[in-house]
Amino acid sequence: MSGDIAVSVHGVKKSFVTAHHVHPVLHGIDIDVAAGDLTYLVGASGSGKTTLVSIMAGILTPSEGTVKLFGTDIFAMDHRHLVDYRLSHIGFIFQQYNLIPTIDAAANAAVPLIARGVNRHDALAAGNRMLERLAIGDQAAKYPHQLSGGQQQRVAIARALVHDPRLVICDEPTAALDARSGRRVMDLLHELAVGEDRACVIVTHDNRIFDFADRILVMEDGLITHDGKEVPVEEDMDGTA
Amino acid sequence: MLWIAIRMLTGDRQKFFGLVFGIAFSTLLITQQLTLFVNFLGRGTTAVYNISSNDIWVMDPVSRTPDTALAMPSTALERVRSVDGVEWAAPHLREGATVRTPDGDLERVTIIGVDDTSLVGLPDAIIAGDRNALAMPDSVIIDSVGTARLFGEEVDPIGTRLELNDRRAVIRGIVDAEPTFTSQVILYTRYSNALTYVPGARNRLTFILVRATDGTDPQALVDRIESETGLRARTREQFARDGVDYLIENTGIPLNFGITVTLGFIIGITIVGLTFSLFIRDNIKQFGALKAIGVRNHMIRKMVRAQAAVVGLIGYGFGVFGATLFIKLFEDDPTFKGFYTPWQIPLLSLFAVFVILAITGYFSLRPVLRVDPAEVFR
Ligand SMILES: Nc1ncnc2c1ncn2[C@@H]1O[C@H](COP(=O)(O)OP(=O)(O)OP(=O)(O)O)[C@@H](O)[C@H]1O
Ligand SMILES: [Mg+2]
Repeated sequence: MSGDIAVSVHGVKKSFVTAHHVHPVLHGIDIDVAAGDLTYLVGASGSGKTTLVSIMAGILTPSEGTVKLFGTDIFAMDHRHLVDYRLSHIGFIFQQYNLIPTIDAAANAAVPLIARGVNRHDALAAGNRMLERLAIGDQAAKYPHQLSGGQQQRVAIARALVHDPRLVICDEPTAALDARSGRRVMDLLHELAVGEDRACVIVTHDNRIFDFADRILVMEDGLITHDGKEVPVEEDMDGTA
Repeated sequence: MLWIAIRMLTGDRQKFFGLVFGIAFSTLLITQQLTLFVNFLGRGTTAVYNISSNDIWVMDPVSRTPDTALAMPSTALERVRSVDGVEWAAPHLREGATVRTPDGDLERVTIIGVDDTSLVGLPDAIIAGDRNALAMPDSVIIDSVGTARLFGEEVDPIGTRLELNDRRAVIRGIVDAEPTFTSQVILYTRYSNALTYVPGARNRLTFILVRATDGTDPQALVDRIESETGLRARTREQFARDGVDYLIENTGIPLNFGITVTLGFIIGITIVGLTFSLFIRDNIKQFGALKAIGVRNHMIRKMVRAQAAVVGLIGYGFGVFGATLFIKLFEDDPTFKGFYTPWQIPLLSLFAVFVILAITGYFSLRPVLRVDPAEVFR
């Protein structure tokens, strides 16, 4: 199943500097994510999961360390190239969907293609197709506020996948979904985001979908404390670690 | 991407209308007030431009404008006529008087005495009656705005008797002339007749209207008249300009209109600035998401610029339309007779709109360019 290294995180530390003090969040992370793997990142709230995947996705700069995506050191690029790199190679599904309220679901799903300069007609067609695969094709003409939370989340997922990115980063992609929709999304992620030349990293608390994982990483207080096929039994997913 | 920007804008009805309103309001105020300003100042030139046949106005050295003039002794006329290059010179009297209407109302009027034989000094466009009727005793010709003031629009004033400085005057015609700044009623009569209406004073020759012979440069003739007669002479254009300068220096017009135009600009900046930054703040997360996905700041800037351009063009359109409508609505009001909008004014308000949007857009854009894409996803 595992192939080349898709994501290589080395010595990554991150501290948030506020007006009065420095708040260290990541204390030194080293992980290699193999292409073809569906990797889960689990851990208590506040342990640094979102921070870590934001760095992997190139939208947050680490205080120390390097991140290579498919061999490219993304923080060695200048800012503009990094932005372009994200547009071409990375898909995001984050805790907040941040859909554009004044354009319909299909257009929201098509945003990465439109941003790349694909003409509107083709982009919307691709957005529609992706919504269909997520079983909300009939909602394509609705605006975000006319959709349920789960439907909005699927629009966000469609937006993350529509441009066929090599790395898909998901932060709680199934949190707002019922078990069946959740599994359906995971099926789709498995189909679209996992492959020889691509990888998918998912932050989740949702133990209903743990069986999809090829690898599970557990975070505690800014460190990876477990790396394996299964969740350790003693791990209390909702606890405060 | 730009159509998404436009949809972001137009989808938020309230703010979109607020922005368009702000721009439209500023445009309307600036265009309309500048139009009034220019046209009211233009009233300083009407006394000169209502008369088309002379090239030069000659007057006492202390006279400044058609309405602030000291009369000369009647001998001045012969002295001017003897200057080389003068084709003809006609006496011109301009004097205030009081008229009592048939209803018994009192009204301040301006009496203009025109050359007895040539009628030089009388505006060309007669809209009722006959200019030659001035030859009859006690005849006067009234201007169209004066008719409206004295009698209203419906009444035909021809044949009406007036008491002009306690002497009889009969209206024999109406000329189409633009009102002066004060919009006073103007009664034209023969110079010799005018002398009887304006008794007493020794000197009653307010101006001498001069025509230069063919091939004589008016400016050269002006200089010659001044040096040979010791009187003051101005070309038509100079004297018209003097009228405008007088209004600028002696009325509150520039200050008042200046204040209103400035207010229009400030209100525009305020409404548009506040609404625009609210709009941007509402959409900051979406902009952040776009940045995370991989939209460059360069494109974000273009998007905000497109939004500003749409607001600007629509608002400007409404504003200019409103200002035009205003002028149209008051077209028939004597106060606004002949008002028009010079092409420079809409251009000036377009520039003001541009400045308003450039300033507010710049300040609204800053938080978007600064927003950290990682922030919006937490
Ligand atoms: N911009 C920031 N400034 C200061 N502190 C921050 C910032 N972002 C995150 N933190 C802190 O870093 C820590 C980790 O945050 P992070 O969002 O990565 O947690 P998480 O594991 O994703 O939690 P959850 O499961 O609740 O989403 C938290 O203590 C948070 O307060
Ligand atoms: Mg998180």
